Amino acid sequence: MTVVLLTKATRVATLLSGRKRAKWPSSSFLRRLLRNRSATFGGAVLIAAALAAVFAGAIFDADPLDMVGRPYTWPFTDRLHPLGTDMLGRDILVGLVYAARVSLAIGFAAAALSTILGVSLGVLAGYFGGWTDGLISRLTEVFQTMPPLILAVVVVTVLSPSVGSIACGIGIASWPQIARIVRAETLRLRDSEFVQAAVSVGEGHLRIVAGHILPNALPQIVVTGSILVASAILTEAALAFLGLGDPNEISWGSMIGAGREAMRTAWYMTALPGLAITAVVLSLNLLADGLNDVLNPRAGNV
Amino acid sequence: MPPILEINKLSLALPPGADRPFAIENVSLSIERGETLCVVGESGSGKSMTALAAIGLLPSNVRPVSGSIRLDGRELVGLSDRDMREMRGRNIGMIFQEPMTSLNPVLRIGDQIAEVFEAHDVHDAPGRRRRTLELLGEVGLPDPQAMAARYPHQLSGGQRQRVVIAMALALEPKLIVADEPTTALDVTTQAQILKLLDALRRRHGTAILFITHDFGVVAEVADRVAVLQNGRLVEAGRSIDVLSAPAHDYTRKLLAALPSLEPPAPRKIAPGIPAIAVAGLRKTYRSQPLLSAGEAVAAAEAVSFEIRRGETLGLVGESGSGKSTVGRCLVRLTEPDGGSIRIGGTSVDGLSQSRFRPIRRRIQMVFQDPFASLDPRRTIGRTIADGPIAQGTPKREALSNAGDLLELVGLRREVADRYPHEFSGGQRQRIGIARALASKPEILVADEPVSALDVSVQATILGLLQELQEKLGLAILFVTHDLRVAAQVSDRIAVMHRGRIVELKATGDLFRSAEHAYTRALLSAVPGGRA
Repeated sequence: MTVVLLTKATRVATLLSGRKRAKWPSSSFLRRLLRNRSATFGGAVLIAAALAAVFAGAIFDADPLDMVGRPYTWPFTDRLHPLGTDMLGRDILVGLVYAARVSLAIGFAAAALSTILGVSLGVLAGYFGGWTDGLISRLTEVFQTMPPLILAVVVVTVLSPSVGSIACGIGIASWPQIARIVRAETLRLRDSEFVQAAVSVGEGHLRIVAGHILPNALPQIVVTGSILVASAILTEAALAFLGLGDPNEISWGSMIGAGREAMRTAWYMTALPGLAITAVVLSLNLLADGLNDVLNPRAGNV
Repeated sequence: MPPILEINKLSLALPPGADRPFAIENVSLSIERGETLCVVGESGSGKSMTALAAIGLLPSNVRPVSGSIRLDGRELVGLSDRDMREMRGRNIGMIFQEPMTSLNPVLRIGDQIAEVFEAHDVHDAPGRRRRTLELLGEVGLPDPQAMAARYPHQLSGGQRQRVVIAMALALEPKLIVADEPTTALDVTTQAQILKLLDALRRRHGTAILFITHDFGVVAEVADRVAVLQNGRLVEAGRSIDVLSAPAHDYTRKLLAALPSLEPPAPRKIAPGIPAIAVAGLRKTYRSQPLLSAGEAVAAAEAVSFEIRRGETLGLVGESGSGKSTVGRCLVRLTEPDGGSIRIGGTSVDGLSQSRFRPIRRRIQMVFQDPFASLDPRRTIGRTIADGPIAQGTPKREALSNAGDLLELVGLRREVADRYPHEFSGGQRQRIGIARALASKPEILVADEPVSALDVSVQATILGLLQELQEKLGLAILFVTHDLRVAAQVSDRIAVMHRGRIVELKATGDLFRSAEHAYTRALLSAVPGGRA
């Protein structure tokens, strides 16, 4: 599986590539993106999930952890609780919508963190080479030899579980992937003639990295970033399932974890949040795929 | 006797959205047994499509819509893949431009040639082996036994092209299609390969369809010439006739654009302190393998020269001679190991990159590849202004100066907001020159600035450089592999060979009385030099 985070990267992108950038990608970029079916579908599902998360409070003015109905109500049997209730009588639909907040927030925050870490370290390694590269590359390898889930478990356990520490743990565990990709891109770009030209007209390191290398590596970063979001959501679910979620917040992973005990009698309690995760992760991957087609000039689109 | 290859009113349709409906339109050509036909044209003329059509390797979105291709009387258009595969190799051999990429890097040379026999099920195993060695000997490779056991990367470019020729010849086809077979090679290697092709053709009576952009090569090898322009055949005839008395305007224009080896009358260069003086410049590249002792290659050794304002020094050599390294050392894209460089009397030796940065303003570079040297994500106005902005010019002023520079190099200032992909190769090179001039340098290092361009565009860019030089009093170091170009633009020429300048003379003197053996070899290898 590859990787990660989209909106954040786009935002970083817009910042880095500068004020005027809007001109180039915007119109033709959006048009091409919309023409790409997998990107459109993925984007639509994602926007729906994000809207549900943002407006959860307006849709259901309730606490998802409140016991509101008879426990073990199956979906589509009670009009007040269309998706049923769990073993404590909490409404599953309300839970799903509120859980989207935590899952998406952690997904995007973790991916943002690993993108920031990965891009900075990758650019440093690729651009300066020599011992800087040696040091960062070894560090990357050390992190890559550790299973990301275990690493995240350790970080979360040490910091005690909260939304912030979980995002932190996942972010710290998943930056090597993007660091390697960015390093490779930087190496390629650093030797390209237009970067040499920038050196020869007297531009400094910062200008070259921010003005030439990052904008040209951006497609890769955005695509990798959107897949990182997906994998962060999955990791969060795994952590919550293991009981390492934020105890005060409901997430799709914690719903699955809670439903686990009743799996044989009331499988819907695990299946419904599972479906939500599948839908979001799938749409992130589709979006990444579509973005890759649209953004990657080497795929023959520019 | 009927011609070996007869292309009759062939039209190839391009996919919708291409810049024109047909890659080639209504083109008719024929080649007799043992004859060399050169198809000449600039990029986009459809010459390569003609070659690909002849061997049935057209890209899937280019289709023949009318006309016929007959090889020895047999129609090739509409032939099934299987029959076409049988034709290739057995009846038509192919030689591609880039010998490195047309050989499989993980197969030994001998196995690669033997594979041709296997694919067509000819000879038994010992027979294949014997034929392979014979072929390697025939294309002039020393020690065929040892050669057969090597991998492509262990051979030089010229040797690889000989292997490719051996493969094309393996089944003694009646026709060889050669698509720019010497364009990637050095001029002395090119001369050898052209001679080899000619000898093989005479010995085996093979016809050759030779695709090239270079009229020098045409003069060297062609019996007959066909000139393509935008997919249309504009002129065809015997090579001597076409070269001496071209009938079509376009052919005349192409021939006129080919720089002459006759240098123009020398210019007067005002005396004064040199704009740049290089003494004893040294650069050695070392590979550092983990276990074995590193290999050292001297890319530059005791290189010394001076250039005055308004003067052009041509730095000529083949690939690997170190000429580009010298250029890059001057602008400090490569760190020299030793020697001294004085820019306008000021020594820049031992300055760190950051201390050198303010001096960069005075020495600028024009790069070879106009497609790679412009940032695809930046408007060209911004690209031109980047240098001055980095040197502290206010942004607004730098951008408005960029407009002036665009006009200086012959573009409209309104194009400053466009991106590089909207420009042609020649226009991009103009932008590259504008960028180099943005900081008002005294010295310009031009590294093969026209070698990626079509000849007609070459001429205009060279003209532009000379005009700018006169206007701005630039000292130019013109790095090139092309002696014709060097003859036209240089006041003096330095010939580099294996990291050393072996001869440095006024251009006229060099062509009249070259002293060094290597210079003489280079001069005699220029294609069409005798013509």
